[in-house]
Amino acid sequence: MSGHPSTYEPKYGATKWLDQRLPIVRMGADFMTFPSPRNLNYWYTFGGILALCLVSQIITGIILAMHYVPHIDFAFDSVQRIRRDVPFGWLLQPMHAVGASMFFFAVYVHMFRGLYYGSYKAPREVLWIIGCLIYLVMMATGFLGYTLPWGQMSFWGATVITGFFGAVPVVGESLQQWLLGGYAVDNATLNRFFALHYLLPFVIAALVAVHVWALHHVGQNNPIGITPKTQKDTLSFHPYYTVKDAFAVVVFLLIFAFFLFYQPDALGHADNYIQADALKTPPHIVPEWYFLPFYAILRAVPDKLAGILLMIGAIAVLFVLPWLDTSKVRSMRFRPVARGFFWIFLFFCFILGWCGAETPDNMVPFMSVGDKGLNFTWLSRIATIYYFAYFVVILPILGLVENPKDRPESITKAILGDTSHSAAAPAE
Amino acid sequence: MSETQVIDAHGEVIDDDKRDFIFIATGAAAAAGAALLAWPLVAQMGKAADTLAAGSVEIDLSKVAEGQQLKILWRGAPVFVRHRTAKEIAEAEGVDISDCPDPQTDDERLRPTPEGKLDPRFLVMIGVCTHFGCIPVGESGDFDGWYCPCHGSHYDTSGRIRKGPAPKNMAIPDYVYISDTVIKVG
Ligand code: HEM
Ligand code: FES
Repeated sequence: MSGHPSTYEPKYGATKWLDQRLPIVRMGADFMTFPSPRNLNYWYTFGGILALCLVSQIITGIILAMHYVPHIDFAFDSVQRIRRDVPFGWLLQPMHAVGASMFFFAVYVHMFRGLYYGSYKAPREVLWIIGCLIYLVMMATGFLGYTLPWGQMSFWGATVITGFFGAVPVVGESLQQWLLGGYAVDNATLNRFFALHYLLPFVIAALVAVHVWALHHVGQNNPIGITPKTQKDTLSFHPYYTVKDAFAVVVFLLIFAFFLFYQPDALGHADNYIQADALKTPPHIVPEWYFLPFYAILRAVPDKLAGILLMIGAIAVLFVLPWLDTSKVRSMRFRPVARGFFWIFLFFCFILGWCGAETPDNMVPFMSVGDKGLNFTWLSRIATIYYFAYFVVILPILGLVENPKDRPESITKAILGDTSHSAAAPAE
Repeated sequence: MSETQVIDAHGEVIDDDKRDFIFIATGAAAAAGAALLAWPLVAQMGKAADTLAAGSVEIDLSKVAEGQQLKILWRGAPVFVRHRTAKEIAEAEGVDISDCPDPQTDDERLRPTPEGKLDPRFLVMIGVCTHFGCIPVGESGDFDGWYCPCHGSHYDTSGRIRKGPAPKNMAIPDYVYISDTVIKVG
């Protein structure tokens, strides 16, 4: 899976024999010695963290599936039983539920990292697109999983989301009922959602393998976005980055542990501890926090189909980003103007998240007096406009008109300064 | 096809037309087979026979007092049976429907009694918001009808959409009066 010349030499008879038949040890060895840019910072540790998250979700998920009952009459109680009666269920169920949030937190850091350092630009377009696909399947998995505990938010979230398909012209209603397996969200729906929730993480695992393959084919980007030119610009993945990743994982796990042991329900919604009731909608439906920005975009327009199209567009635009950004300079470090727009973009993503959590007609604190001023619908409209403008107006134009700063010649020069004139360059 | 004959290793003449035919016929048979197999794989997700046969419910309207609303689960979704007050009926009938996003008169939303008349007191509809399917709350909203808390759709006392993101009026289920006071839904 790697694009660098192999340095693996099998030492023993058995490994030589195996290497000629299945070079699997070689693959692992090449993976560990993969030359990585020597200037990777901690934002580059989130890929490893994400791999850990996926493994953790799969292990805890399979364990939960041993005790969970996918039937509308038993699902809610079976999750409560896991939390109360199953040995260590109190630990394993929140590991999965909190784990999903941690997974999304990590994927967002990973994606914004890519946006900042221009990791989507040539030659990494395919790598980026596979990442976007992973994110899409993750969203589906998270949504399907959230219906399983069969609380009020599970049920009404599922109703609203499957309602999106009902907005498709002409065939919408049939499509929606086909997905549900009935006229409304019911047992047939819960059953198939469980089957698909079990399946999709393995699809993600397969996509991750292709993602890493693409990564090793084109090589890693880095904080200054300059392609490594000589061996001096790189370091072996092990031990340099295995150790760096491991340290980041420990810090990440500390945050994970805080939520797991002290605030296991802080990232969820209290209404999900009320069993699903098909006759009563909770007064205020909200998705999980990681979907809030998209929910705000959905509600920003007063039209059903337009809202959905805009929400789909918000994700679709990521897929074509490599061709929207016209700048050849990868890292924002050398694009002072673009950098400013990037931080505003990040700010508005948080604003969208906030809008998604609020009731649309409510007034925005500090920006309104009584019922005069800005309400959340308008705030989400402003943020939505910026969200799209960043991709389809700002990045395409900036690349043509901005004046990027001078870039260093190589990674080594950027770190150590120009060493070519000093007679005795320090030994590596 | 080709003017010069091509001879294979066994000394036989290669007939390209025949090969093309076999190639296309094989491909077509495989594609048809795949489509036939895909059909049950896709169709199994549709409504099962027992779901379709979920049957009908009879509702005794005389049990619903004026100003009261009954909520009955039918096909997994709530059916509202509202006994409207004189004021609500007047409001429902007094609307200039050309202003409505989904124009329908109040009469069009009722079904005839055995005598062939309309009884405007009883409004029977599927209590599902036509936006994304939440259940609207009764006696609220800007039009004294229903208000959907999910994304703020306002329905009037005839269940018509008047304001907000929902595109359509709340649906009227298939139902008939089987006596003066009993209806059968489904
Ligand atoms: C991509 C990885 C995964 C993500 C993002 C994910 C996400 C979720 C979420 C958000 C929930 C709801 C938790 C709650 O609110 O209580 C859930 C529940 C569940 N998941 Fe997963 N999951 C993943 C992988 C898996 C796998 C591989 C399985 C294996 C079968 C699985 C089995 C379950 C079960 C049985 C439940 C219901 C019990 C419960 O709610 O805790 N999950 N998942
Ligand atoms: S579901 Fe009723 S307004 Fe959206």
